[in-house]
Amino acid sequence: MSLGVSGLSVTKAQKLILSKVSFTAPSGQVTGLIGPNGAGKSTLLAALLGLTPATGTAHFHGLDLPAMPRRDRARQVAFVEQSAATEERLSVLDVVALGRIPFEAAWQSAPSPEDDAILAAALGETGMTGFAHRRFNTLSGGEQQRVHVARALAQQPRLLLLDEPTSHLDIRAQLQLLALLRRKAAEGMTVLLALHDLNLAVRFCDHLVVLDAGKLAAQGPPSAILTPALLEAVYGVRARLVADAPTGQPLIVYDDAVERISAQIPD
Amino acid sequence: MTRLSLPALLVLLVASAIAAVTFGPADITPGEVWSVIAHHLGLLPESPVSRLRDAIVWELRLPRVLTALCVGAGLALSGAVMQAITRNPLADPYLLGLSSGAALGAVSFALVGLTLLMPLGAFFGSLGALALALLIAGLLGGATPSRAILAGICIAALASAATSFLIFWSATGDSYREILSWLMGSLSGSLWFDAALASAALVLCTPIILAYARALDAFAFGDTAAASLGIDVPRLRWTLLGATALLTGIMVAIGGAIGFVGLVVPHAVRLMTGSRHRALLPHAMLAGAIFMLWTDTAARTLFDPRELPVGIITALIGAPVFLFVLLRYRRVT
Repeated sequence: MSLGVSGLSVTKAQKLILSKVSFTAPSGQVTGLIGPNGAGKSTLLAALLGLTPATGTAHFHGLDLPAMPRRDRARQVAFVEQSAATEERLSVLDVVALGRIPFEAAWQSAPSPEDDAILAAALGETGMTGFAHRRFNTLSGGEQQRVHVARALAQQPRLLLLDEPTSHLDIRAQLQLLALLRRKAAEGMTVLLALHDLNLAVRFCDHLVVLDAGKLAAQGPPSAILTPALLEAVYGVRARLVADAPTGQPLIVYDDAVERISAQIPD
Repeated sequence: MTRLSLPALLVLLVASAIAAVTFGPADITPGEVWSVIAHHLGLLPESPVSRLRDAIVWELRLPRVLTALCVGAGLALSGAVMQAITRNPLADPYLLGLSSGAALGAVSFALVGLTLLMPLGAFFGSLGALALALLIAGLLGGATPSRAILAGICIAALASAATSFLIFWSATGDSYREILSWLMGSLSGSLWFDAALASAALVLCTPIILAYARALDAFAFGDTAAASLGIDVPRLRWTLLGATALLTGIMVAIGGAIGFVGLVVPHAVRLMTGSRHRALLPHAMLAGAIFMLWTDTAARTLFDPRELPVGIITALIGAPVFLFVLLRYRRVT
């Protein structure tokens, strides 16, 4: 079972933000959503979550995500934002427990033993067990992002959507987070994440969806679709793909990007 | 985080209420208070307390104490809810303009002779102020936390000016003084009717608000995060804003624009219970009741035989707390 998006369009203030986007995100794989700023990556994720009105369909396990009841959707799909801060006095455990909201009975006052086990597992998978009783606000950006991922895992989603989750993290935290996503995909979760770093996308994604100005530019395995021609067309940069000797994986090396881009900026 | 316990607060509340009834020009003992209450509840056929002292307790002090408890609980609850849904730690019924709107509504109704319908006028006023504040915030490009507050300040100034003008235009002598004291926030002259009205508003609104307590937690990281957890954000926002407008409207109709209770109390309680609303909201209600009770007791006894409007005391305590919150949450504003 995979996520099948078909003809998804979003119009905001009479402007077409997404135009008939269709793609497949295979289940049990990590799919990277890439494209320049303003290509419509965040809008696409918002449409899948039913947060913005959209036309078209996005089928997942026989359910049309944008159209289904929000509480039911929250039991299938979890979302991690780029960064989410709060001024509230919440412990790490309090934040992770938010992930159980879609499953809680109306007047349930305390987590059930089953919930407790789920929360403990989510903390463990993200390496945050020792932080459970720390104040969320006192954590570093990388730790806060891990707590958000733990919250998303506590929703026990079958589809995990992430909007540039690594953009405020140092490289070690980025690698840890992406490795965790790979593990979850291996366990059968479908993962779709917007990413900016193309080399990380090549290294960690099984499948890429490239958006450009609201339209689908390409989709497929990274090594098949990431070509100098595509990068030039979508990002306007000149790049080479070289093979990384130990792994044989392609590595993107940007050529005269600095000169070309500074040449475009009028004095 | 330290945990406050609800039973302990409840005991403190009852003890405070009994103690507050004994304070005042006539010396009354806690034993006499019990006797009077027991007598009126039919538990004690022969009251050992004189008719005069019985009247002081039953007709004057008890209704006032109960009114203070309910008004404090209602304002604290409204403040805590507004802080959660606007994601602004400075939100409070007074700062968002609801209290001023309610005062305008109540004064308008009173001046056209509908004195009995003042609570209704106050409700319309607070609802109108809220709708206007959100409309203005929307015109500015979306009801973000700081825009809602700025719009609220604008509404509050406008409504206060209109109220002052109405009073200037039509009130004279004694009524002028009376309205002015009410406007500053005063529970002076509260009757059983006021206590009943305030508790009815609480009984009506509290279950609605508490039913959303867990959903309010989901707002800690904003609307998008709440929606992705399956919360119907617009429905929750409108239901809770309606309930807080009703609560604020009724409390203002009874006690005038008593400011800062909705700001001071939830912040103090949050330091002890944390931000989970299942714990915060009931604790804030009880703490608000106790806070209002003692500030009102101070208001009626400090300058005896003159009464200080209690709004002056809450503002004296509240303004420094406002500053503290402002410094603490610099990033939000």
